[in-house]
Amino acid sequence: MSREELAEEKNPMEDFLRMDRIPHIWCPGCGIGTVVTSFADALKKSELDLDKVAVVSGIGCTGRVAGYVKFDSFHTTHGRAIPFATGLKLANPELKVVVFSGDGDIVGIGGNHLIHAARRNMDIVVICVNNFNYAMTGGQVAATSPMGANLSTAPYGNFEYPFNLPYLVETCGATYVARWTSLHIRRVTKSIQEALAKRGFSFIEVITPCVTLYARRNRLGDGLNLLKYYYDQSEIQHGADTRTVGIDYQGKLIVGKFVDKEKPTFLDGMNTHLQKVLGEKYVPYGVKP
Amino acid sequence: MRKVKADPKGVLTGAHYLDGDFAIAEGGLAAGCRFFAGYPITPSTETAERFSERIPFVGGIFIQMEDEIASITALIGASWGGQKVMTVTSGPGFSLMQENIGLAVMMETPLVIANVQRGGPSTGLPTLTGQSDMMQAKFGSHGDYEIIALSPDSPQECFDLTIKAFNLAETFRVPVFVMTDECVGHMHEKVIIPPADEIEIIERKWYQGPKDKYLPYKPDKDLVPFMVKAGDGYRFHTTGLTHDERGYPVLNAEVQDWCVHHLVDKIRKNAHKIIELQEDQIDNAEVVVVSYGITSRVAIRAVQLARKAGIKVGTMRMITVWPFPEKRIKELAGKIKAFVVPEINLGQIGREVERCAFGQAPVIGVTHCGGWVHDPEDILKAIKEAVR
Amino acid sequence: MTIRFGNLRPKKGNIHINKERCKGCGFCVEFCPRDVLELSEEFNKKGYHPPRVVKADECIYCQLCEAICPEFAIFVTLKKEEEKGEESESRP
Ligand SMILES: Cc1ncc(C[n+]2csc(CCOP(=O)(O)OP(=O)(O)O)c2C)c(N)n1
Ligand code: SF4
Ligand code: SF4
Ligand code: SF4
Ligand SMILES: [Mg+2]
Repeated sequence: MSREELAEEKNPMEDFLRMDRIPHIWCPGCGIGTVVTSFADALKKSELDLDKVAVVSGIGCTGRVAGYVKFDSFHTTHGRAIPFATGLKLANPELKVVVFSGDGDIVGIGGNHLIHAARRNMDIVVICVNNFNYAMTGGQVAATSPMGANLSTAPYGNFEYPFNLPYLVETCGATYVARWTSLHIRRVTKSIQEALAKRGFSFIEVITPCVTLYARRNRLGDGLNLLKYYYDQSEIQHGADTRTVGIDYQGKLIVGKFVDKEKPTFLDGMNTHLQKVLGEKYVPYGVKP
Repeated sequence: MRKVKADPKGVLTGAHYLDGDFAIAEGGLAAGCRFFAGYPITPSTETAERFSERIPFVGGIFIQMEDEIASITALIGASWGGQKVMTVTSGPGFSLMQENIGLAVMMETPLVIANVQRGGPSTGLPTLTGQSDMMQAKFGSHGDYEIIALSPDSPQECFDLTIKAFNLAETFRVPVFVMTDECVGHMHEKVIIPPADEIEIIERKWYQGPKDKYLPYKPDKDLVPFMVKAGDGYRFHTTGLTHDERGYPVLNAEVQDWCVHHLVDKIRKNAHKIIELQEDQIDNAEVVVVSYGITSRVAIRAVQLARKAGIKVGTMRMITVWPFPEKRIKELAGKIKAFVVPEINLGQIGREVERCAFGQAPVIGVTHCGGWVHDPEDILKAIKEAVR
Repeated sequence: MTIRFGNLRPKKGNIHINKERCKGCGFCVEFCPRDVLELSEEFNKKGYHPPRVVKADECIYCQLCEAICPEFAIFVTLKKEEEKGEESESRP
């Protein structure tokens, strides 16, 4: 007989979650929770000092992640997780700062910050849960909504061109770019692990079912159906040319690790440059003696 | 409240010839600010330029962000990362910052914003003076809240009040605004920067107790909660949502009531510790000229002329504009014939004086839309009208 | 040289389900490679059908159910006597 109650055993997520805040607000069949588990697993494997991990979210369903994870965690304003993370990281460079938020938050309202953080090669990890809509406010059209998809503010179907996120962040300078679906559990974990181990701007897009709004409006079945559908539609192409990975409505999803390169970060660049120009008089910042 | 001497690394001791914008940067550096995020905007840019020039020799960060929204948000992040932080801006940038000023208030984050005011609305008068963001400073973000705003009248005070702004921000865990204007910002005068050991700095209210007992929003006796920084193992949470003492979101009317009252009370109930006024010949005055910032300096001439003409006129210069000196205005209202309030806007603080005077003394505003400082004659005229 | 194959037995797991936390999405049931689980008829307090273990002995401790559960409601511990087994690689 297996024990069906956890009583005597500790849930392995207890080290990573504020259990006093669980159950979370996400709908049954929503994929966000699975991505959180992948994140926790990646942290476990990374063997980072969890006291030095900070999570920053914006606003949205995904934005609630910051409230559930047991780290120094910041639930900020809509779109502003990245500049908040920028300040946090620069103020205390020994932190591992992870931005965990939705597509609308990071790419829609926060798009300007995204491209600038990538350009600067700010040393942060961005996990972007892409559910193709503004879920928390009721399934409105987003900058990531595929053409033809039905959204509450595109009730006759979306006719705008969506962003191709890996292409966008790569051209802006990101040094690590990957895309998976939330069912690629082990691969999401591995990508987050690799991103955590890197220095520089890392961006991981996770295609995740929004069962209540996106799936229902587009009659795509329940969470399980959509989860499987995304997985089945995906094709792993590591190193794919990001120009070719745009997403069509219910079309093929090119996933994989697209970019993994090394480049000095904002702080590296600042210290090296100013040291070179100012010599001895320069007081280096954030470098361990 | 832990008082220390300023870190000499940031203090450029000596007599200098500086404009107000530069003096703000020096004030920040002297106060221990080591993180500046900003976006260029006239007439405030010189502060950012000065900071970017000086910080490599002090040790810290200057970062020019992609806009003012990013600047203020980066400040909040950096403040939680343990740094003292500041930015500088003017009208349009101040408008962009408003949502996240609310976040700073809600998260109880110490930070300093200098607003070198110009004429508005919109792009308005980028290169000419104004004082028309005074109400925005108090009410610009949504919801009920309190902040602190100071108003320097000279480059020297730009330096002094920026230090004071940091001390207040750290004491009360609140955003503090240095509300100066183009005229003071671009005015060059002698600024004395004292030796570091003569500059008193108030440290952040760091929590010292056991880790598992820490509650980020539990008010201390002075109503201000203790703070920690990210990376010290507290694993705290903070949010812009209505929250309880743990910092956890609780979305109901009861916690909303507690949360908002806490934010407001910690300033209102400590107002007497915050407010700084400079009064002159007020005891037997028939008329009191209430002013702030550059307008106070112009008013001096008008007051001299009025006194020469035998009018009993007192002055109140508001160094602290927010929280507003309600009590003092109320007190005076019962004793005088009228208030005269000159300001470079169409009557923002004048309206506040009127509210506090509560009909006991009329308020005569001397107002214009910006672009120039008052002609002392106009203020004199108002004083004369007041005693008639 | 002698080769010993004795260590290659699959691992076995003990499944722990927090029924009250479950929202009955069926992910664990669907993706368990050994069909160890099924959604039960019973309701939890929130009105969802939590999974139940139907083939306990089949569980190979792949922890897929644990990794996929969006509610953090199910996890698996290694059966003690099996601790020497090889790493399972069956997680997606
Ligand atoms: C300035 C501002 N505008 C609008 C909103 C309303 N709002 C809250 S969440 C949200 C959309 C979130 O979408 P996304 O980031 O994709 O997260 P999801 O809910 O899809 O996970 C919006 C528009 C807000 N909170 N703040
Ligand atoms: S609305 Fe969509 S994204 Fe939000 S919790 Fe529900 S399923 Fe998830
Ligand atoms: S650990 Fe693997 S085999 Fe065992 S119940 Fe979970 S998914 Fe099934
Ligand atoms: S995956 Fe979790 S929430 Fe879904 S049915 Fe299984 S135990 Fe319940
Ligand atoms: Mg979304």
